[in-house]
Amino acid sequence: MVAQNIFFGIITAIVVISALRMVTTRNIVHAALYLVAVLAGLGALYILLTAEFVATTQVLVYIGAVMVLFLFGIMLTKAPLGNVMKMTGTQWPIAAGVAVLIGGVTVYSVIDRFGSDRLVTDGPIFRTADVSDEVFSTYIIPFEAISVLLLAALIGAIVLARKD
Amino acid sequence: MLLNQFLILGAFLFAVGVYGVLARRNGVMVLMSIELMLNAVNINLVVFGVQHGVVSGQAFALFVIAVAAAEVGVGLAIVLLLYRNRTSIDVEDFDLMRG
Repeated sequence: MVAQNIFFGIITAIVVISALRMVTTRNIVHAALYLVAVLAGLGALYILLTAEFVATTQVLVYIGAVMVLFLFGIMLTKAPLGNVMKMTGTQWPIAAGVAVLIGGVTVYSVIDRFGSDRLVTDGPIFRTADVSDEVFSTYIIPFEAISVLLLAALIGAIVLARKD
Repeated sequence: MLLNQFLILGAFLFAVGVYGVLARRNGVMVLMSIELMLNAVNINLVVFGVQHGVVSGQAFALFVIAVAAAEVGVGLAIVLLLYRNRTSIDVEDFDLMRG
């Protein structure tokens, strides 16, 4: 228990600091790298929560595919790589107010409802086989829908981005 | 470990994502902040799956990851198209629909 709490503290510190730097840094490539740190930290938390397949997918899909897409997007749009463009709009205090409001209400309601509930640590551990059994039996129709969605997104992205 | 540790982390990440979407001017940064919000939801799904001893939480988290991948593909194509037509991805430049 103690070791898990220590690791949770370390990972959370990395995630929180990286998330804050991501939305405040003025260099967009640094923001992408901070996002990698956040995603890797969340992957580590999934391991801590015994969700091994979700953690693997997090690394493969997010840190692998999505981040490469983001870096391509940054390069193709010739976003200023230094501090040239002002990255934060003039209405940022309003945005900060909205974010604090949403975060405050959510944190308050979560504390109000789950006060000091302990996480169930002796429950069943779901390995990759159990997850795949669930996805391919109970959630087979959503799975097929996701397949069609990915195909539609693929075709849509090609149609949008082609030159003519 | 408390259940709240994870839920509060999720709420915090979501709020940071909201700030990023509203305050950032670069279109790609807005998309990155949306990814942050989707990840905040994922951690809640997984932790509730553990809490209730069901595998559905992980299944839903996987579906969210797949939808996020599709979303980022189309989103970046749109940003690319905007850049090609207006040579800018500053979201404050796009106010054609302003009344």
